[in-house]
Amino acid sequence: MSESVLLALNIGWGTTLAIKTVVVLAFIPAAALILGYTFLLKMMSHMQSRLGPMDPGGFHGWFQLVGDGIKFMQKEDLMPAEADRRVFALAPAVIVISTFLVFVVIPAGPRIVVQPLDVGVFYALAVSSLSVIGVLMAGWASANKYALLGALRAAAQLIAYELPLVLAVVGVVVQAGTMNLQGIVLAQQGGHIFGWGGIGNPYILTQFVGFGLFMVASQAELTQPPFDMPVAESELVAGYMVEYTGFRFLFFFIGEFGTAFAFAALAATLFLGGWAIPGVHGTTADVLGPIVLFAKVMFVAFLMFWARFTYPRFREDQLQALAWKWLIPIALVNILATGVLKVWVK
Amino acid sequence: MIAQNVAFGILAAAMVVAALGVVRTNNVVHAALYLVVVLAGGAAQFILLGQEFVAWVQVLVYIGAVIVLFLFGIMLTRAPMHPDESLDNDLKWPAAVTALFLAGVLGSLLIDAFHRTKIDIRQPIRTAAVTNAVFRTYIIPFEVVGVLLLAALVGAVVLARKD
Repeated sequence: MSESVLLALNIGWGTTLAIKTVVVLAFIPAAALILGYTFLLKMMSHMQSRLGPMDPGGFHGWFQLVGDGIKFMQKEDLMPAEADRRVFALAPAVIVISTFLVFVVIPAGPRIVVQPLDVGVFYALAVSSLSVIGVLMAGWASANKYALLGALRAAAQLIAYELPLVLAVVGVVVQAGTMNLQGIVLAQQGGHIFGWGGIGNPYILTQFVGFGLFMVASQAELTQPPFDMPVAESELVAGYMVEYTGFRFLFFFIGEFGTAFAFAALAATLFLGGWAIPGVHGTTADVLGPIVLFAKVMFVAFLMFWARFTYPRFREDQLQALAWKWLIPIALVNILATGVLKVWVK
Repeated sequence: MIAQNVAFGILAAAMVVAALGVVRTNNVVHAALYLVVVLAGGAAQFILLGQEFVAWVQVLVYIGAVIVLFLFGIMLTRAPMHPDESLDNDLKWPAAVTALFLAGVLGSLLIDAFHRTKIDIRQPIRTAAVTNAVFRTYIIPFEVVGVLLLAALVGAVVLARKD
């Protein structure tokens, strides 16, 4: 939401805050549904020859999502007799709030950002790490051993992949000289490739190692295949969310796909130039920026879900070895190389 | 300034209630979850002081990592669903006296040291200012802490090794 547009309308900070909150709150389910529909229902059906989701409603199975929605609404709200009621009810909310908070700092245009925090990308990674608490709460409060095992696997995985995720971003922060996401977009827009500034300098050209690390680590943070040990249906039924039904399960679904959208938007902003369009500034960029960012988000999400629908599951030891023995050392070398080049080349 | 004072009061009250919950509950997992509220309140107090970076470090390190490891350790070993009576004991009054004494000592110390200090918080303090302080003014303590943590890490590896 544009600061100056709201100031021009002459409304108080309380109203501004309320408008911003409503905008973000409305955006998350929309983002989750767009990704769920495009990739889970359509792309997966095409790639894996699934006929079911292509059938309802006639053309391309457009009614499937509505049908799923109706199904979730009318399911009974079950809670295990032994469950810790308060923690059980609170867990889905913690996960959705952690997703909600990430969207606050992602800019969609020169003036379209909810709050351009100075700590920007660091804030986004800090609040996204809160979802682990929700996962552990859900797994424990369900009073179910499969749920508890799923939560433990999720926690072990999320702790391990938090490090490469943060370290992958450090290269970008060093090169841009700021953690503010708006600043990172502007640094890419104003950059040069060997003295040629035609398209700026999207950091995927210099930070391609960081981009690869970020994509792998965010895939693991999302507990998507090939990193889906925590929800492995052949071993744990559905892991930490096995006891959740109806609307509460929908919360987990929205949290999962909303976070996928948030990570795709972060990757697009950090590595692909965000909302920026070469040669477009001011109000025009405010209008076109969200469209450009959305296109990039869909591209990054396509890569994420492509991997999700293609690869088989990692074993727990392979998963931990990949994070600690490969991703983290590579990320540290990348930071060192970026730092040396930053001082050397200027 | 009034808004900050009111916010401080609300946050402080919530933190005290949650902190009492940590020591009064008979369920270890509930204690860890109450601790999340206390630490989140601490982070919010840092934001009231304009220290955004420190606040989010608090969230990432304490809530996102330390509490997660607490919960992970509890759930890996016992994960009790029901209150455990053995967590309670008869030392409530000595504990209350000790807590009040500590609050008095620390409170009077802080008031004595900082009661004239004014912080300008009209603008949040920029991250660059924090990092400049760490890597210029306080570079030696920072490096010493780094070496200390490395020693602790190596010690943990040595203790955990079987051979």
